[in-house]
Amino acid sequence: MATAADIAAEEFTRVVERHRPQIFRFLLGSTRDVDLAETLTQECFLKAHRNWGSFRGESSAMTWLMRIAINLQKDHWRNRRMQFWRTTRTNSVDLDEASEWLPSGESSAEQKLLARERVKQVWASVKGLSERQRTVFLLRFVEEQELSEIAAATGLSEGTVKAHLSRAVARVRLELGGKR
Amino acid sequence: MNWLSQPKKGPNHTGEELQIELLGGKDVELEEALKDFRAGMHAWSEAAYRRPHTISRQIRHRSWRLVTGWALGCMLLAGSVSGLVFEQHQRRQARIAVVQRAAEQARQLAEREARARVSDEVLLAGVDSDVSRQVPSAMEPLAQLMEENPQ
Repeated sequence: MATAADIAAEEFTRVVERHRPQIFRFLLGSTRDVDLAETLTQECFLKAHRNWGSFRGESSAMTWLMRIAINLQKDHWRNRRMQFWRTTRTNSVDLDEASEWLPSGESSAEQKLLARERVKQVWASVKGLSERQRTVFLLRFVEEQELSEIAAATGLSEGTVKAHLSRAVARVRLELGGKR
Repeated sequence: MNWLSQPKKGPNHTGEELQIELLGGKDVELEEALKDFRAGMHAWSEAAYRRPHTISRQIRHRSWRLVTGWALGCMLLAGSVSGLVFEQHQRRQARIAVVQRAAEQARQLAEREARARVSDEVLLAGVDSDVSRQVPSAMEPLAQLMEENPQ
């Protein structure tokens, strides 16, 4: 007969299987560093595992995990700012490399080139966003989360999330408009 | 369990309205750019997530970089230290050379002065001897007498 601990472990395994790619994707978008995103994803699930017992299910598991991931990347950037000499060791890929990943649906070479240029411009805007704006932008436009979910994950009010999103979108529009 | 389920997204979902509101109406180019960005991000993430994990190779690369960094650092340090030592040595040599040159010059000056002093003394002695031997003609008989009878 399965004990409560076994059931909890099984549940946690399912949560990991289900949400790990999404958490990794968010962290990859935030850091543009595959190794760092992997490390932070590991840390996120390690932390989640340690606190799994205290998770009451008031928010969705995804929101809870995302909150941990956001705090981890915040801590990471804070530490990086403090240890400014380590900035040279960053493995973040440049915008060209990040823009090379395109949807396979583009048919002609010209369309692919245009799409790549557009993606590069969005990346350039994302790079220029503040940490908070970048977080809400990625959660909205990559993870397709609702305002309420973003608010719950970031600990901001829905109004603040909306304001950050508007500013982020304005920046993207400006970037796209400037290069047109 | 309820909290395990993904948020439902469909055409009637408020997400689309929010999107339009955020984009300030229909902006096809912006929508396309965001769609491509999302798709690209998903493709990149999926590829990175499924890539073979070559941790050992990465570690090897990193350790090589570390070793190279340390070696270069040590070389730089050794170069700086040896350069400093060489510079000090050169300065000391130059100082010694200056001192030796000054000493040599002082010695040569002293020799010249000594030589000059000797030649002056010889000259004066010659003059004295010449002066002492010249006797006025009126005193000549007395001088002959003094030579014959030195007492």
